[in-house]
Amino acid sequence: MDRAIAIQVSHLTKTFDGHTAVSDLSFQVYSGEVFGLLGPNGAGKSTTLRTLITLLTPTSGTASVLGHDTVREADVVRQLIGYVPQERAIDRFLTGREHLELLGALYHLPKAEATKRIAELLKLVELEEPADRPAKTYSGGMKRKLDIACGLLPDPKILFLDEPTLGLDVQSRLRIWDYMRMLKARGMTIVMTTNYLDEADQLCDRLAIIDKGAIKALGSPTELKIGLGGDIVSLTLKDQTKIPILVSALTGQPAMRAVKATPTGLDIRVDSPEKALPAILESANRLDCQLEFIEYHRPRLDDVFIAHTGRSMTESVQDIQTG
Amino acid sequence: MAQYWQEIHALTMRWVRRLSREKFSMLFTLVQPMLFWLIFFGNLFQRAADVQVTQAPDYISFLTAGVVVMTVLNNGLAGGVDLLFDKENGFLERLMTTPIHRSSVILSRFIFVMTITSLQVLVILGVAFLFGVQPATGLLGIATILMIGMLFGVGLTAISMAMAFSVKSHGDFFSVLGFLSLPMIFLSSALVPLAGMPAWMGFLARFNPMTWAIDAVRPLILSGWTDALPHVGMVVVVMVIFDALCLYGSAKVFRRAMG
Repeated sequence: MDRAIAIQVSHLTKTFDGHTAVSDLSFQVYSGEVFGLLGPNGAGKSTTLRTLITLLTPTSGTASVLGHDTVREADVVRQLIGYVPQERAIDRFLTGREHLELLGALYHLPKAEATKRIAELLKLVELEEPADRPAKTYSGGMKRKLDIACGLLPDPKILFLDEPTLGLDVQSRLRIWDYMRMLKARGMTIVMTTNYLDEADQLCDRLAIIDKGAIKALGSPTELKIGLGGDIVSLTLKDQTKIPILVSALTGQPAMRAVKATPTGLDIRVDSPEKALPAILESANRLDCQLEFIEYHRPRLDDVFIAHTGRSMTESVQDIQTG
Repeated sequence: MAQYWQEIHALTMRWVRRLSREKFSMLFTLVQPMLFWLIFFGNLFQRAADVQVTQAPDYISFLTAGVVVMTVLNNGLAGGVDLLFDKENGFLERLMTTPIHRSSVILSRFIFVMTITSLQVLVILGVAFLFGVQPATGLLGIATILMIGMLFGVGLTAISMAMAFSVKSHGDFFSVLGFLSLPMIFLSSALVPLAGMPAWMGFLARFNPMTWAIDAVRPLILSGWTDALPHVGMVVVVMVIFDALCLYGSAKVFRRAMG
């Protein structure tokens, strides 16, 4: 079945002062799907998103939203989209309602229409009660809800969210996920960036794994996991100095597809656990590597990320956050 | 056109709302120039200032023109601050994803800064009146003073907004602001007439557009139309050139920053 294309990105490249943020990116987003751009900070997700919402002009290549070029027809594109920025782009002196009224005027809504829509949105994001308090009194979760209401005010065909749950507490996070599922159920196309694997796994119909400005893998979370082939056996060794010996002993054995050292042991991708497990245990015994823990699981999105980028998503996120 | 107006109105009202929510800051902004300069400085130098040099009945009446133009200067140079914060917290980006005319944001800021400045100038003239300063040219003279203030303010606000869009951090912005403001005041005829300055300072002050504005406002307050008109004519020419330069330069920056 051919699905309608909502967004078409062709050979998109963007450089800033000689530094290439994204390089030769091509992908499509279909109408009605939730599309995720997954990657660590600085991978090029935000640059891609900001090009789609007309804030950046591509250095080369093109992007079109519902058939309209984001540079030549920027004004048309702006009418069709809603945007929820990463920073809490909130004016602390304005009330929640005033934010929405301001945007209503900027989208040229007639007053009656704006009033009606604002009331609906405040109800939707559960901000009716604090709607007339200045935003500086809002919690992080409330500001995020207001952000989302702002993004929905123009009744967009496509909603763009940049890191929708970054820095939120668990409860607010789940609430935001609920909204997104509801919007999807209403048929809205959603494009989001995230560096949370569980978020991508839970919400996205399809996702592009981006690292160093290029797409490393693209597909539904399930496809990506199956595409890896095989399951994962994770070993934790009592003596971590033995890791390299075991890695070299297992590498190349017929039942093992890929062997990789981790800080505490090994991750082994295997075709069939029945053949692989005895072989692993035999090698471990022979080399006198005592096992503290052994775990067997289907591939997770993190494994997909590691397979395509050579490092763990969580590691690279921590690098950024602590460094 | 109706859409354009709707945008400008909504954006201007946002600045007004913000100001009304920051009551303390509003009070401070309004009171500071008259308190510091007009009331303190004006009375402090009452006897120290030489009437032969100032050519005015007293120092406060001499200083009023300077304080009026200083207010225009400071408001204008600070006119971009709110856009700077909008840029830093992402609000500007949100505005830029809406289908507005890019110029609406800039225009709303001009309207707001000009309105606030005009109100402040009126308050200053009112306080000066309490100290016995009566503008010699009456209401029409006051209207002319407001016009000169706006002509000067447009260029300054444009510079300030362009700076807000170009600086890396708001620390830079405030450093430049602090560096510009006081020298501009000392190297002008605000506190001392050109004739009473050391030669080199008087020479530099001649290139300061602020001097031209003050030298037109001062006779409007002190002497009368015959004295003032040539200066008013001159300042209009100077300010048109000044504004043209500022707007030309800043328009380039705006276009690059907002696409």
